[in-house]
This record gives sequence, C-alpha cells and structure tokens, in this order.
Amino acid sequence: MELAKDISGCGIAGFINTDGERISGVDIVDSITLMKDRGNGLGAGFAAYGIYPDFKEFYALHVMYDNEHARKVTEDYLERKVHIEQHGGMSTRPIKKKRPIFFVYFVQPREQSTKGESEEFRLEESDEFIFKLVMFINENIDGAFVISSGKNMGVFKGVGFPDEIANFFRVDEYKAYCWTAHNRFPTNTPGWWGGAHPFSLLGWSVVHNGEISSYGANKRYLEMYGYKCTQKTDTEVVTYLLDLLVRKHNLPLHTLAKVFSPPLWSEIEHMSKEDRELYSALRVVYGGAMLNGPFSIIVGFRGGMFGLNDRIKLRPLVVARKGSNVYMASEESAIRYVADDLDEVYMPKAGEPVITMLTDEAYEKVYGSKERTYV
Amino acid sequence: MKWMKNLKSYVPPSFVVERDDYRCIRCKACVEQCSFDATFYDDEEDRVWTWNANCVGCNRCAAICPTDAITVKRAEPSYRYNHNWNGHVDSLKKRAIYGGTPVVSMGNDKPYPIYWDNMLLNASQVTNPSIDPLREPMELKTFLGRKPDSIHVDDSGLKTRLTPQLELDIPIMFAAMSYGALSYNVIESLGRAAKEMGTYYNSGEGGLNKDHYKFKGNIIVQVASGRFGVHKDYLDVGSAIEIKIGQGAKPGIGGHLPGEKVSETISETRMMPKGSDAISPAPHHDVYSIEDLRQLIYALKESTEYKKPVAVKIACVHNVAAIASGIARAGADIIVLDGFKGGTGASPQVIRDNIGLPLEVSLAVVDERLRQEGIRQYVSLVASGGIRNSMDVVKAIALGADAVYIGTAALIAIGCTMCQQCHTGKCAWGISTQDPHLSKRVNPDMASKRLINLLEVWALEIKETMGAMGINSIESLKGNRLNLRGVGLNDKELEILGILPAGE
Ligand code: SF4
Ligand code: SF4
Repeated sequence: MELAKDISGCGIAGFINTDGERISGVDIVDSITLMKDRGNGLGAGFAAYGIYPDFKEFYALHVMYDNEHARKVTEDYLERKVHIEQHGGMSTRPIKKKRPIFFVYFVQPREQSTKGESEEFRLEESDEFIFKLVMFINENIDGAFVISSGKNMGVFKGVGFPDEIANFFRVDEYKAYCWTAHNRFPTNTPGWWGGAHPFSLLGWSVVHNGEISSYGANKRYLEMYGYKCTQKTDTEVVTYLLDLLVRKHNLPLHTLAKVFSPPLWSEIEHMSKEDRELYSALRVVYGGAMLNGPFSIIVGFRGGMFGLNDRIKLRPLVVARKGSNVYMASEESAIRYVADDLDEVYMPKAGEPVITMLTDEAYEKVYGSKERTYV
Repeated sequence: MKWMKNLKSYVPPSFVVERDDYRCIRCKACVEQCSFDATFYDDEEDRVWTWNANCVGCNRCAAICPTDAITVKRAEPSYRYNHNWNGHVDSLKKRAIYGGTPVVSMGNDKPYPIYWDNMLLNASQVTNPSIDPLREPMELKTFLGRKPDSIHVDDSGLKTRLTPQLELDIPIMFAAMSYGALSYNVIESLGRAAKEMGTYYNSGEGGLNKDHYKFKGNIIVQVASGRFGVHKDYLDVGSAIEIKIGQGAKPGIGGHLPGEKVSETISETRMMPKGSDAISPAPHHDVYSIEDLRQLIYALKESTEYKKPVAVKIACVHNVAAIASGIARAGADIIVLDGFKGGTGASPQVIRDNIGLPLEVSLAVVDERLRQEGIRQYVSLVASGGIRNSMDVVKAIALGADAVYIGTAALIAIGCTMCQQCHTGKCAWGISTQDPHLSKRVNPDMASKRLINLLEVWALEIKETMGAMGINSIESLKGNRLNLRGVGLNDKELEILGILPAGE
C-alpha cells in the first residue's frame, strides 16, 4: 500500500526592501507557489505595500461584491460618507470559475463627516472614521466586503491556489516595497473569497499559519471594544488586536509581540524589577489579547513588516536577509527559490518578534512624510 | 431513657444502621464516636444498639469500626408512594410537632438542573496540537482585581501603575467559612493549604483568631452585616477585603451562629458575649442602596490606604446581572457570585431549597452584561457555590469566571460526608463544631495535606484539559465559551449560557 503524504497547515511568505525599492509581484508569487503542499486550493492571497504612489494620501478600499446590487448599495453609502477621489473595477484576468467582482476606491473622509470644520482635522480621527466605515459595510451590507482599507497598500485574495489568484488579480503587474502572501489549507471555515488571507484593516495585514485556540476569548475581548468578528475565522482577531493595541492603545510593536506571545511567569520572575513590572502588567491587563495555540504570522504595516511565532513555537518561521531585503517564510526553500546567496538565515526563537522597518529616507519617499504611523 | 420511642413525635428514620453481630467485638468505638446519640451500649445484654431515628448518616461509626461490622443504609420511606407528596409528609409533620421552621445546613439538595453536567469541553485534533502539561509549560496564574483598559508603555518602560491585585497560583480559593461555624483545626488546615498552594482562604464573617494572623498574605477577610471581629488589625491582615452582602444558600437573610457554638475563644474573636447567639442581620444596616455600598467600599479602601482589592459577595438572584453591574460601578474590584447550591452552616430549609439562581446561569449573564457595558475589565468575577470538581472549575472559567471558591468540596476533602448537620454543632467528623472532644478529630497536619493534594490534583486535571484544548495559559480559557457545547439544553438555555449546542 502506498503511504499517503500527510499534508497540513498553511504556507506564509513575505519580504520587504527596507530601502523602499519597489519590486514586482513575480517573486512573491514564485515564493508562495513553491509551498504548494501547504495549501489545498481553497484560499490564497497577497498584501502589497507601496502600490498606489499616486494616491498615497487616500485610503484605498479594495471591495469585493457578490452582485451588482451590493455594489449599488455600497456605493450609495460611500458617496454619502466619504470623498471618492477615484474608483473603478480592479483589473483582472478572466477565469473559468464563478467569482465575485472587485472594485477599488480611493477615499478620504470629508471634514464635516468627522468633526466641525473649525477644529483641526486629526489623523487618528480619520483612521477611526474609516475603521467604522469598514466595520459598517462588512457587517451590514449583504454581499459586500471590504478586503483592505489602508493607504498606499492593498490586498488581493480569493479561493484558489496562489498562482491562480495571482494570475486573476494580475499581481505580477504591481510593484511594492513589501509583499506578504498566504497559501491556505482551510479546515475550519468554508471556502469563501473573503475568508482567504491576508486579513486586513487600515494599514494592517496579517497572514497566519495555525489555529488560534484562544479565539473564543480573543473574540469576546475585542467585542468589548467595538470590534465585531464577522468573518468566521480566527485570523481576523489578530488584525483587530493589532489595531486595538497599537493604533488605539499605542503599544510599541515589540511590546505588542509580548502581549501576543507573553513570556512565561517563570521567566518573568527572573527579570529585572522594571521588566518584571512591565511584563506582569502586560499579562494582567492584556490576558484577553494573548494568542494561544500554534501560530506563525507575518504582519504587514505602514512602513514595515514583522513576523512572530507562538511562545512554544508550534509552527515554522524562517527569516533571511540579503542586503536591504528581509525575507520571512514557513520554509527556507520558499526564500532560497527567489533569493540565493543570502547574507543570513535563521529561525527566530519562540515568541521572539522579528521587526523590520523602512529606513527613514525610504519611509519619507514612500509616504511623503517623516512622521511614522503604523496604519 | 433517651432511646424511648415517642408515638406522638414519630417520623420514620432516614437511615438504618446495620451491625453484624458476629463481627462486632464490643469495642464501643462507634458509641464513643457517634455524636448524635444514635449508638449506645447495653451492659446487661452486652450488645451495641442503634437508635435509627437519631442517625444522620454521617458514617463516622462505619469508618471507625475496626471489624467492618457496621453498614449505614438509607431507609426507604415505607409510606404509600405519592409523587406529589414525596418527602413532604415528614417535613410537614416536623413543623406541626415542634412548632418551628427546620434549619438545615450544606447546600440545596433538591434535584434542580445541574448545568455543569450539560456542558461538554473541547479538545484539539490534527489542526491544532494538544499540549502535554507534563512536558510543556502550562500556566494557571491568575490575578484578581481591577484592570485598566490599556496601559501606557514607552521606550523607558511601564508608565501606568496598576491598582492592587490578588495573585493566585491556581484559580481556586477557599470560600468564606467562619471560625465559629468551623473548628479551629479546620481553619488552621485551610490556612496552611492556602499558603502552600499560593492561594487564599476566606475568614468568613466571624473574625480571625489571633493565632491565624500568621497566614497573612493568604487571607481574605470578610466584613458581613454583623461586623463580628472587624477592626483595624483584622483588615490589615487581609490581602483583600470581602463585603458579604449575601450567600447563595440563604439569599436575603443574615447569619445565625447558635449560642452553643459561641465558646470562650469564639466570643473573644467575634468580640461578643460567650454563649449568646451571634446574629448577623439580613441587610447591612448601613447599606440600603447601591450608593451606600459605594460608601462602604470606599470606607474600607480608605481605612486600608487603597492597598487591597475590595470584593463584594452576593447571592445569585433573579436580576443578578443588573446588580453586578451596579456593584462594579460602585467601585468593587472583585464580585463573588454565590449560586443557590452553595453551602451554609445554617439556613432555614425553605430558603435554602427555594431561593436563588443557578451559578452557571448567573455567571453567564453577569459576564456577558459586564462585557456589553464595557466594564468587565474593571472587575474580576469569582464563581462560588456548588463547585464539585476540577471540570466545574474549567467550565466556570470558560463561561467567564476569573477564579472559583470552594467550600463544601474543601470540607469533603478533610472528612465531611455531607450529613447536613453543621447547624447542630455536633459534627462527628470534627469539622463544623466547637466541641473540643469532636474538633480534635481533625488533625491539621493530615487535613492540610489532604487539601493540598486536592488542589494539586485539580490543578493537574485543569492543565490536562487545557492542554487538550491546545491552550497553555489560563487567560486564554477565560470567557472562551467556544470551548463549551451544550447537550440536552433548550434553545433559550443555550442562548442564556451563551454556548452552542453540540454539533454546531
Ligand atoms: S456515627 Fe453517624 S452514621 Fe453512625 S450511628 Fe451515629 S449518626 Fe449514624
Ligand atoms: S461538616 Fe460535619 S456536620 Fe456538616 S455536613 Fe459535613 S460531616 Fe456533616
């Protein structure tokens, strides 16, 4: 009898050029496609940062519609709520199977739709405004789903193998300084285009391999702060937790990583007094935000990318560097396939975040401002 | 003669003690051990007899008998069966004969639904590895107290100071059981076990014997409506202060320690005259409203310089969610929910058996309500009342509790057989008594060891089930109702418990 290969889990990959040089989508597609075994054709997707330099001031809404009616309802709503600088159908290549329609909108909240005109228009408020807009559409408009909503970034995802999805969305024609990708082996959610990774909100995007056993606890924690988990999958909570803890609570990224994958109490006991206080407080206050269960994630954000494992490392993650390129992937082969002569390859320790950022010049070049924000 | 039968007051015995006369060696151990006058020795006949009517089924005699001669059996009532009147005939008769309402102890013993037994837990298979707690870290550490929504951290470190928290190595504490209701040795045992296991025991409402101040760091001190034994030193010894508003076994009424139990030391501890009944009023006479409760909470915080969390314990009653929300807003750091199956040292039977709400339901609605109102972070929830095993603990935490209290379970660990005679002060197992002859039956060395064993085994069992669920830290179980599935519950019950039915 032939032994069937036991395949399970998802594949993730990502890379960033910290000088902000924009690279075509070909490499990321090759990289994720190499790990074909890690998916089963029921979901794949890409997040790309820096793809809309001409509209960098605007929130780029990638919206998926099941039908024309949903589009009509959504567009009516958008017209009432935001200034639409430009919009149009996303360019796609024809495919045989039934698929949703995709539109992109470059929008900005109107001043009067947030606060009185006399008051200074604040960035945080416009982020919050867009956050609420996205939540409203996803929750209330049947057949419409915002798959990404950050500035100068976008998500492409759907049901299929990575190469099929890439081909459909013409990923090869985009250029981004940072790419992340996902190849999905869904076990716990039905194959729905919106359910593929990356999950994205404002500037955040998450690709995730694993299953979050703390999902029920995380979900109810998030609900207290107005996040509704509508997508029937665990990865969604990671995106919302990032948004809550970093955008709203201003936790630094490395601190956030310690909320997701906290040190053990037995480790905290042996820390210096200051660290002991900090890490105890993080665990005490943010217990509901801890991610339990096996995971490796790659998070894309405005100006950078970070990777993280669960604290007992139950899922693989490899990191490599070559010049100003930093690569992360489930398997080393996925990196070596697109980049040889690596300067450095290593496996980060359990719970140790790997955070990579654009250089200051690159950030300014890409986003047109010196002051960094994550979304 | 005390064993003389009285026709007018006859009610059939609840137990029959069978003694194998061939095995009985006339050692009279059972006679000496039975504190309920149910066993006696007849010199003339050289026989040990039992007065079944007095037997409470505590099994002390059977346990002590060196030749295993004794079997205690439940007596089936031999009246004609009537489903409607089953159990009520004798209960009615007792009222008619004695002209008083019966007082009982321990928890509600009626066959109300037990929701714990209608909930099943989850485990990981394939997509998510289960974790072996013997090989991998598995954390149960729990903090009780108010938590802010967020903390401020910058490059130089933590900028927010947390309010005081109770740190528990395991999410199980010993519930309020007073010195007075329980013997000195039992309190000593609870204290030692709490210290060893990194958790807390609750003084109950009877103050604290000076000897037990040594457990400082592992005591929660209670302030109840009688204010027995409450003074500055007492408050200072506590790691937290618990205001007792109500108790699950007797919602809406106060406490009663019969004068027979108010010995010299009890009177000293409680600061009241020896031999007089210790009556705690039904309400706190300075708490007639939620505003008053707020004042009491802050009075206690002021007098302990805001160094200790303040808990408020309430009995689960019909609008428990709204009450809990009010308590959270009144400034409590911890809310203790005591379900209607919780134990008591003495309660009128009608109250124990008919008032209150199941803990499971109360916990579910309180946790959900506090979350909806966005105030769940500000208060910890302790589930109490009828927790029987480690899986009840896991289910309580998954429903939304931060920790649990155990009372009856702890007493069973040290010998209690749930004979429900605590109010008589005659406990043959030396637990709920002040009779020195009886209370020495509890040896603190052995009893504390048993309590430690119990907590250690429960902790391991909790870790095993967490590992099966793929969770390695208790905070990820907290409120994680997706790990519960209901069986045999109707739609409304599932909705209230906030859990899915099995299969969904
Ligand atoms: S010791 Fe207990 S079980 Fe035995 S006769 Fe006395 S009351 Fe009954
Ligand atoms: S504590 Fe004693 S009197 Fe009370 S139920 Fe247990 S064994 Fe009976």
